[in-house]
Amino acid sequence: MERIIRVLVAKPGLDGHDRGAKVIARALRDAGMEVIYTGLRQTPEQIVQAAVQEDVDVVALSILSGAHNHLFPRVVELLKEAGADDVLVFGGGVIPEDDIPFLKSKGIAEVFGPGTPTQTTVDFIRANLKRK
Amino acid sequence: MSDSEEFKKALADWNVKNDKAAAKFPDRKAKFVTGSNAPVERLYSPEDLEGRDYMADLGLPGEYPYTRGVQGSMYRGRLWTMRQYAGFASAEESNARYKYLLAQGQTGLSVAFDLPTQIGYDSDHALAAGEIGKVGVAIDSLADMETLFGGIPLDKVSTSMTINAPAAVLLAMYIAVAEKQGVSAEKLDGTIQNDILKEYVARGTYIFPPAPSMRLITDIFAYCAKEVPNWNTISISGYHIREAGATAVQEVAFTLADGIAYVEAAIKAGLDVDDFAPRLSFFFNAHNDLFEEVAKFRAARRIWSKIMRERFGARNPKSCMLRFHTQTGGSTLTAQQPDNNIVRVAIQALAAVLGGTQSLHTNSRDEALALPSEQSVRIALRTQQIIAYESGAAETPDPLAGSYYVESLTNSIEERALAYLKRIDDLGGAVKAIEQGYVQQEIQDSAYAWQMDVEKNERIVVGLNKFQVAEAAPKGLLRVDPAVGERQVAKLQRLRASRDNGAVAAALAALKTAALGDANLMPPILAAVKTYATLGEICDVLRGVFGEYRPSVMF
Repeated sequence: MERIIRVLVAKPGLDGHDRGAKVIARALRDAGMEVIYTGLRQTPEQIVQAAVQEDVDVVALSILSGAHNHLFPRVVELLKEAGADDVLVFGGGVIPEDDIPFLKSKGIAEVFGPGTPTQTTVDFIRANLKRK
Repeated sequence: MSDSEEFKKALADWNVKNDKAAAKFPDRKAKFVTGSNAPVERLYSPEDLEGRDYMADLGLPGEYPYTRGVQGSMYRGRLWTMRQYAGFASAEESNARYKYLLAQGQTGLSVAFDLPTQIGYDSDHALAAGEIGKVGVAIDSLADMETLFGGIPLDKVSTSMTINAPAAVLLAMYIAVAEKQGVSAEKLDGTIQNDILKEYVARGTYIFPPAPSMRLITDIFAYCAKEVPNWNTISISGYHIREAGATAVQEVAFTLADGIAYVEAAIKAGLDVDDFAPRLSFFFNAHNDLFEEVAKFRAARRIWSKIMRERFGARNPKSCMLRFHTQTGGSTLTAQQPDNNIVRVAIQALAAVLGGTQSLHTNSRDEALALPSEQSVRIALRTQQIIAYESGAAETPDPLAGSYYVESLTNSIEERALAYLKRIDDLGGAVKAIEQGYVQQEIQDSAYAWQMDVEKNERIVVGLNKFQVAEAAPKGLLRVDPAVGERQVAKLQRLRASRDNGAVAAALAALKTAALGDANLMPPILAAVKTYATLGEICDVLRGVFGEYRPSVMF
């Protein structure tokens, strides 16, 4: 039987827009994954702590406030420090295309913009899982 | 045969004829629904309004129940206030954007604050890192506020401030800036959002738990009734509820439920309804379903006037008037083919005007991608000006009144919103319904259903799930200089070193004493901001006394 994928959906920073995060969380759950949603206003430290504690395979980050360049890379760094660099990290939100190469160079596997179908995210996770 | 019999026969024949035609040439889809999933019939006619009472349902513009608008002349007297929400980076840069907008013919200011400001953190707080100046302007103290409004006479503009949990502090700073300009508080005209309940369900910039938050709000009502009589003390907001996924009906229902909670809290705090209710204002969204949106505004006015008169016994007509600001729907904008958003915004803005809004913000085409550029903001403002001066929509009040379709939609929105209000009353009111997660769950269910409809192509979004093109990343997006954060922190440190810290400590101690008791908090907050105590310092005192809100997480 196929192993159940565990996902942490997280809102780093002070941004209060979580319609997208919640829709993604629900879509991933409907796709058969186990999903934990952190709620708002999480520091990168809190997110990594939750990821390690919950032993997740995936961390999905959402920011619409423009603080992504500061906060996304920090999550990847801290995961690495915690010895959890086999966790797949990707992000979404209002993120200018010009920022995406930088974020990818910092270990964010993919960045999804507004209008991305939830199925695209589901397929992406299944295809790019680092833990087998 | 009487006119009415003649009509009934004609309608019956018409239906038979069109049933036959539909059997041969089926409709282009199986069901027609509004944005809020109400069925749309093949035809609306006098039959749909049978038994309705014009005076009870509609009345005349400027008269109870205000369905047709809150002023008799509506836009023949004065156009709505064109008010673009703006603010980014530092107080200097935002000040320059406000002056630009005023020079372009904008008639009121609307201040966007950055997230640390909205959540009561100073720019040097650890959680502010990366967020300073991003979604609005960073304000740490009265010194920033003086810069923000430098060269803008506060007795000549009306200013709306999107600030909620720390609204009392920013209002106090505004009053203090005016005083320095020689403008007395009674001459000030503007709005603070000050609506904490929708922060818990939809927007997320809460600080304190519900009970002390409601106290801060009613303290502001009481203070302004005496000292700042022309100030709109709250903007009860459906905007963010809608953006979070609610339907038009839920937007009306949950907003008015919050409104009821504020009125009840103020009455409980000992205020007379007619002393504060005339200064309550509202804030709604405008999405793409033109007729349903117009009906929504009309239904909201009718419901609110009846609640105020029948439930709360308001006697002042102004207490029964639902005055509102509108912003077009951010969540309807697409990152794909962003110029198409100009058209969406025009339809939405037209809905707001046909629905009788008092002020309007039109979104810019590039807002699904970044903060708007100056050029995009100008197109958005021009959209309002074209509606005002060229479309004819502003020439007579409530021009869609009497449309069988719009009146039917108005009636059905009222009916469905009242059913929600009844349910929320049964749960013990809006505060209880929010604490139990009822409102949040309803909104999330609608958001998910909408997304699934789009993914199944049951809702078409042009450029997104139909009529797509391959396109390059857009150019010319606004970028906030990352050095803004460092400059703001340095400025704050200079302030802390140069002000009279003894006076700051004394003012903060007095605020703490007031917070522990039940005195009105506005006077000690005003005294504190005048010593250049920072927003974060003031909010920390209140955090110490009130604690912080801890939401329950669900999806």
